[in-house]
Amino acid sequence: MLMLKESQIMKIHYISGVAALFVVAVHILIRLPVVTGMPFSMSLEYENVVANYQNIAYAVLLESMLVLIAIHGFNGLRIILLEFRQNIVWENGVTVFTLVAMIALIAYGTRTILIANGLG
Amino acid sequence: MIALVNIKNSRTNLEHDQKKESEIASNRKVIHLRVYRKNPKQGKSSHFDKFEVPVQRWTTVLDALLHAKGYLDNSIAIRYSCRMASCGSCGMKINGIPRLACYTKVSEIDENIITCEPLPNFPIIRDLVTDFSDFFEHHRAMEPFIHNPNADIVDKNSLTEFIQSPKDVERYLQSSYCIKCGLCYSACPSVGTDTKFPGPQALAQAYRYFADNRDDATQSRLDIVDTKHGIWRCHFAGSCSVVCPKGVDPALGIQLLRGHLVSFSKNDKKLAESRTRSLGKI
Repeated sequence: MLMLKESQIMKIHYISGVAALFVVAVHILIRLPVVTGMPFSMSLEYENVVANYQNIAYAVLLESMLVLIAIHGFNGLRIILLEFRQNIVWENGVTVFTLVAMIALIAYGTRTILIANGLG
Repeated sequence: MIALVNIKNSRTNLEHDQKKESEIASNRKVIHLRVYRKNPKQGKSSHFDKFEVPVQRWTTVLDALLHAKGYLDNSIAIRYSCRMASCGSCGMKINGIPRLACYTKVSEIDENIITCEPLPNFPIIRDLVTDFSDFFEHHRAMEPFIHNPNADIVDKNSLTEFIQSPKDVERYLQSSYCIKCGLCYSACPSVGTDTKFPGPQALAQAYRYFADNRDDATQSRLDIVDTKHGIWRCHFAGSCSVVCPKGVDPALGIQLLRGHLVSFSKNDKKLAESRTRSLGKI
């Protein structure tokens, strides 16, 4: 079982939330037609998206966005679920479920980036 | 001319008398008191009983309830003691808001129907009387006393003096005004959903002893509240601070403790502790 103190988890929660806001803002700014030099609909075409994934800096940005939002979101879900019932089985179950779901989502998202780069 | 003045005077006297009479009449108005009735031991469903109670400008809700109990139905269960907002016994939900019945005047409610219900988030014993066992259990869990090995009185001749500056006292004074009436606990939405959540009262007490520079158990106090169902389950609704009859701000205490837990706050207490120690050495 993860032996982090609740205050340590909440510190990660706050920091991941603020950091996610920053990376999402950067992501949105990069998607602006002024920056990409093409219409928004064209930037979402298959080749352009794959090209984005192949850009190392952009891939790092997307990966960090995925990790930060997954951590923040699943911890938020854990907090909500903890308040439904108060017993050890439920509490441990919720912690394991959210941890596994978070890792699964990050793994699936990372796989997409790897496949786009011909590594999958 | 004199007769005219007399007529004028008698008119003003009459108006004055009429005004006085209407004032007295307005003071002696009758209100409808709706009292929540439930006796879990009898297994009957809950209902409201309605009583017509004469009140005056200074009548409190507790006075009205005691009138109903004294003259209309002696089976109403109420808990009260000091009648001056010191003991915290007569907490109840009055017209939807947790308040002390002895500290709430009928005139300030400004409604003709006054509904009295037991405090939410507490199990009901009977009518308006609720069970405070869990509440006091949470309070006890915060170790509401000063931990200081030097404060143990072993030898009366070597009593230690713990000097506190007015600034040191200011840090926790507000939280020490708590009378354990349970109004904040009943107003807290987190307590309503999470039975293990200590509640605003207990957390405010945790802050009160944490902020006291005579206390040495800084880390263990933080460990007590730093659990899955501890201080982090407060959603900062702020209703605890709104209903407190003694002007305590539990929400502020909770946020300050949180700041210390995530190391965002400057630990003033540590500074105070080291200052006391250095003074002791001198």
